[in-house]
Amino acid sequence: MEIEVENISKSFGDVRALDRVTFDVKAGELFGLIGPDGGGKTTLFRILTTLILPDSGHAVVAGHPITDYRAIRRSVGYMPGRFSLYPDLSVEENLKFFASIFGTTVEENYDLIRDIYVQIEPFRKRRAGALSGGMKQKLALSCALIHKPRVLFLDEPTTGVDPVSRKEFWEMLRRLRQDGMAILVSTAYMDEASLCDRVALIQQGRILTTNTTANITTTFGRPLFALRTRNIYKVTQDVQEYTYTRSIYPFGEHLHYTDKREKPDPDELRTFLLNKGHRDIEVSIIEPTIEDAFMELAEKES
Amino acid sequence: MKGFIIKEFFHIFRDRRSLIILFGMPIVQILLFGFAITNEIRNVNIAILDKARDASSERIVEKMLASGYFIIDSYLESENEIESIFRQGKIKAVVVFGPNLERNLGAGDTGAVQVIADATDPNTANTIASYAASVVRDYQAEINPDVALPLQIIPEVRMVYNPELKGVFMFIPGTMTIILMLVSAMMTSISIAREKETGTMEVLLVSPLKPVQVVAGKVLPYILLASINAAVILLLGYFVFKMPMQGSLIALLGTTLLFIITALSLGILISTVAHTQQMAMMISLMGLMLPTIMLSGFVFPVDSMPWPLRVLSNVIPAKWFILILKGLMLKGVSITYLWKEVLILVLMTVALIGLSVKKYAIRLA
Amino acid sequence: MTASEPIISVEGLTKKFGSFTAVNAISFQVMRGEIFGFLGANGAGKTTAMKILIGISRPTSGKATVAGYDIYKDTEQIKKSIGYMSQRFSLYNDLTIRENIEFFGGIYGLTTREIRDKAEALVEKLGLRDKFNRPISDLPLGWKQKLAFSVALLHDPKIIFLDEPTGGVDPVTRRMFWNMIYEAAYRGVTIFVTTHYMDEAEYCDRVSMMVDGKIEALDSPARLKEMYGVNSMNDVFLRLARNQTRAEIA
Repeated sequence: MEIEVENISKSFGDVRALDRVTFDVKAGELFGLIGPDGGGKTTLFRILTTLILPDSGHAVVAGHPITDYRAIRRSVGYMPGRFSLYPDLSVEENLKFFASIFGTTVEENYDLIRDIYVQIEPFRKRRAGALSGGMKQKLALSCALIHKPRVLFLDEPTTGVDPVSRKEFWEMLRRLRQDGMAILVSTAYMDEASLCDRVALIQQGRILTTNTTANITTTFGRPLFALRTRNIYKVTQDVQEYTYTRSIYPFGEHLHYTDKREKPDPDELRTFLLNKGHRDIEVSIIEPTIEDAFMELAEKES
Repeated sequence: MKGFIIKEFFHIFRDRRSLIILFGMPIVQILLFGFAITNEIRNVNIAILDKARDASSERIVEKMLASGYFIIDSYLESENEIESIFRQGKIKAVVVFGPNLERNLGAGDTGAVQVIADATDPNTANTIASYAASVVRDYQAEINPDVALPLQIIPEVRMVYNPELKGVFMFIPGTMTIILMLVSAMMTSISIAREKETGTMEVLLVSPLKPVQVVAGKVLPYILLASINAAVILLLGYFVFKMPMQGSLIALLGTTLLFIITALSLGILISTVAHTQQMAMMISLMGLMLPTIMLSGFVFPVDSMPWPLRVLSNVIPAKWFILILKGLMLKGVSITYLWKEVLILVLMTVALIGLSVKKYAIRLA
Repeated sequence: MTASEPIISVEGLTKKFGSFTAVNAISFQVMRGEIFGFLGANGAGKTTAMKILIGISRPTSGKATVAGYDIYKDTEQIKKSIGYMSQRFSLYNDLTIRENIEFFGGIYGLTTREIRDKAEALVEKLGLRDKFNRPISDLPLGWKQKLAFSVALLHDPKIIFLDEPTGGVDPVTRRMFWNMIYEAAYRGVTIFVTTHYMDEAEYCDRVSMMVDGKIEALDSPARLKEMYGVNSMNDVFLRLARNQTRAEIA
């Protein structure tokens, strides 16, 4: 285990940021901490990187307890939100600086970052502040990796970045696992969950579940319907009047529906809507996605 | 429009820090200004060289004491002691009574009373001289009520260290102090606060770098910059304004470096409480520069201020440094005379650094 | 529901910064009452284009009208007729819900009575009565965004511009937010929205994609998917945006 978290809790005044959080991350594992903003992800990261102390609970990072901050700070790479680079230094200068404070050089671990760095190398003399979001992200990742850490902490690295850059970034992360590095990534984008080996879903400081995405969706526990229609708004209103409706949410070009009953019949629902005057309605049974699972678990929590 | 104004008021009142600055600061400043700005003098230390030792001199000294302007620090035995007592810096003026005081006063002889004033602070020196003169005149009027003007005694005044009463001799040490304070303290605190603001501080903390290394890395460039500044000012002062450089150059450079470090440690301390650059700048300007200008003795004589302010002024590092500068440059005293001032600066520096190191967060919270 | 008159008309709109052309002669129309998705990678120029349409930036050349007003001459009118909400800024954190509503109501030129009535209705609908006098900072992010949306609609604008309104918000609240968008669209408000969530692109009636300052695609999600032979808007985006050659403008 490269990261072991046991019952970590932290409050800021009245607000309980983290509530008995427990999970672990193995060497060579890409682990996702998935949840919306305000869920406690950043607080947890700060605790694991020894920047703040928890109120209760313990954790071990790279073999050291989090009280041993000196040892941990030498062995981890950290990319906090907000792309913490020096905007007035160039790409090259930033990289050299971060290498030097870890007592190494850019050349020494270049292999590790080569695939990433080649994408920004043409801009190496440009000031970091003038880079696009996607490129800043790549540079920040390079700077976090340059000293070949055992554990990598990435706090919402893909937030606010377009889907193309996001995809590329995750591809880079997946390649990094090969060297035995444990990677803990947090994100608010649910679709990124399936790119991880395992995930922990977190909302309002509580872990909803920890597992592979496949297992999470199989334990969804109830049938899920997808409704296809041109008239999303009107159909939503009408379904809300249906007696058996448990939940109805838009999901891209469909609506996802769960029923109060254990074995609902999709045809029943279709008939109900046809009677309401909706033509071309399709109701089918589908497999839940991680987002469905998240919402279901979140509802259960509250 | 009205809605916008109301909103701004909400913002202002809810931000406690802004409130302190908006209301607290002006009040403090008015008080400071009010008490500090005074062209009068009070409690000036003087020495007496009394060659007359008669009723007249005794009476004049009594009157001087009674006036509240002066405090008699010591009685000198001979002229030889005059120079050294000025060097020691404890007194601002020496009043010399000639041997035939009583007779001379009566006859209108101008050699009767001499006021030798320390003109490193020309304004104060002038004031001292005229006050002393008025006391003497008072006495004359006392003993010779019928003696009309033109026969009144005007004590002979001699200004030492700055015979031409050049304002610039006061100005240069003072300005240099202020500038060094500005560059060192304010710039350092802003630089550290900027790391916090952009979030790079977080990344720096999660690295093998010890906090003391981060701070040292921040501080060293500013030491260099501030030293260059100091050198430029001194050179300008010497060549352009013909400032005297009576004392040891090495001592001057050494104490300047010491002061720079003191100012830097102040900057570091400020950065531990300021979380944003703006806050750092505010605190530097309001909390540091202003009191420094007011209470260091640069512009307004400290002795004339009410005692709480005088006590406060001892806490201001600039005050001690100005004394050192004046002593070295204008009076040409050797550094050993200034040991007290130097020691105080060293102690302040050590205390500030100690405090900063303690407050310096290894963690964010 | 969707009337066939354009409420936003853009023709050859161009914006240059020095020698750099951020927006390169784009042309399109947004119909009244539709939900229009304005997509593009970072650096494609969509933020710049949007700033022009909401009247805070001046184009280099080209024509455009928003709600019938010209973007060169009538920017003040435009600002009064539209609602705007972004991820970065929505409401003032240290003011209470009531104070925010009163403030924005005032800015939009509503009378005190109107403000009071609307505040009442809003609070009732969102179920925030018990938080009415608490500062916004007390609310979780999703609620802030929902509230901000409602406040942006306070003055019944014909169009509302939404700049990545659901960033970082939890999935349930995100959908509740979109329900609110649907409802507003149903009432005839035109919605102009940018987003990074490709599933949200599916909710739109039509979607445009900017790449390197130009509009590379403009159609309904269904037709775009058909055109590119893919199953999701995410894949459409990847097809188009991957080829973008340039980086983001500062």
